[in-house]
Amino acid sequence: MLTESLAISAVLFTIGVVGVLIRRNAIIVFMCVELMLNAVNLTFVAFSRHYGFAGQVFVIFVMTVAAAEAAVGLAIVIANFRHRQTVDLQNINLLRG
Amino acid sequence: MPQYTNFLYSFHFYLFGLIAIASALAFVTRKSPVAAALWLVNTMFCLAALFVLLDAPFVGIIQILVYAGAIMVVFLFVIMLLNLGQGAVSDARGWLARLAAAGIGLALLAQLAATRHSEPVSAVAFAPDSLAIIQKSQGAVPPVAGPLFNQYLLAFEVTSVLLLVAIVGAVVIGRRRGEFLGGPRDAH
Repeated sequence: MLTESLAISAVLFTIGVVGVLIRRNAIIVFMCVELMLNAVNLTFVAFSRHYGFAGQVFVIFVMTVAAAEAAVGLAIVIANFRHRQTVDLQNINLLRG
Repeated sequence: MPQYTNFLYSFHFYLFGLIAIASALAFVTRKSPVAAALWLVNTMFCLAALFVLLDAPFVGIIQILVYAGAIMVVFLFVIMLLNLGQGAVSDARGWLARLAAAGIGLALLAQLAATRHSEPVSAVAFAPDSLAIIQKSQGAVPPVAGPLFNQYLLAFEVTSVLLLVAIVGAVVIGRRRGEFLGGPRDAH
């Protein structure tokens, strides 16, 4: 089942990347990043069958980092929305100079 | 007879894998953020089922509790808070960006597919059903908790600091200007 898991994981990761590239809604872009993290988690679990439980421990770390990222990222989205009244990424160009 | 070779196991594995991919495709194509979030929850449930099938039941449960239960609820809460649920206008980029994204996606998929010949290194590889045997004797949680609190204890502690920093950062970024500083809300 290793090959099948890696194939599913690759497809899910690619869908996440394409979603980041084609969507402009900041919240949906965040959810695409979560989808990519999930795809990587599937790879970790699939390999943990062959290399022991360390892969599953890593999945728990990845989930923790994802939770922290979601909290801070959504706070940034809310702060930006309060400022600009939009979550469209085309209007978020503060660092473009 | 290892359990992973029988027909029912393969059937459910492919079924959940296909549902996960289909839900992910629906997720990136929905206009409404709420519909997209719910499709993503469906993907995460299917991934949890795959984790259980891959001898990681504890990770599967944590996936449902933390990802589908907590993180996605925070996303839905923010969508509701900012009142973005209508989705009348599509937020997808133009055709040029879509073509570029399709090209980049296909290139990435080809690169990932090129790694399919990699087999586990036999010196460190377990037999595929050895995890199930360990779980049968020790239970589902202790084999994961053991390395977490022994071998990776430092990473675990660093993670707690990361969470603290994230909480403080989210509160500081999310507050209104002047709040929590002792002054009135409108004082800049």
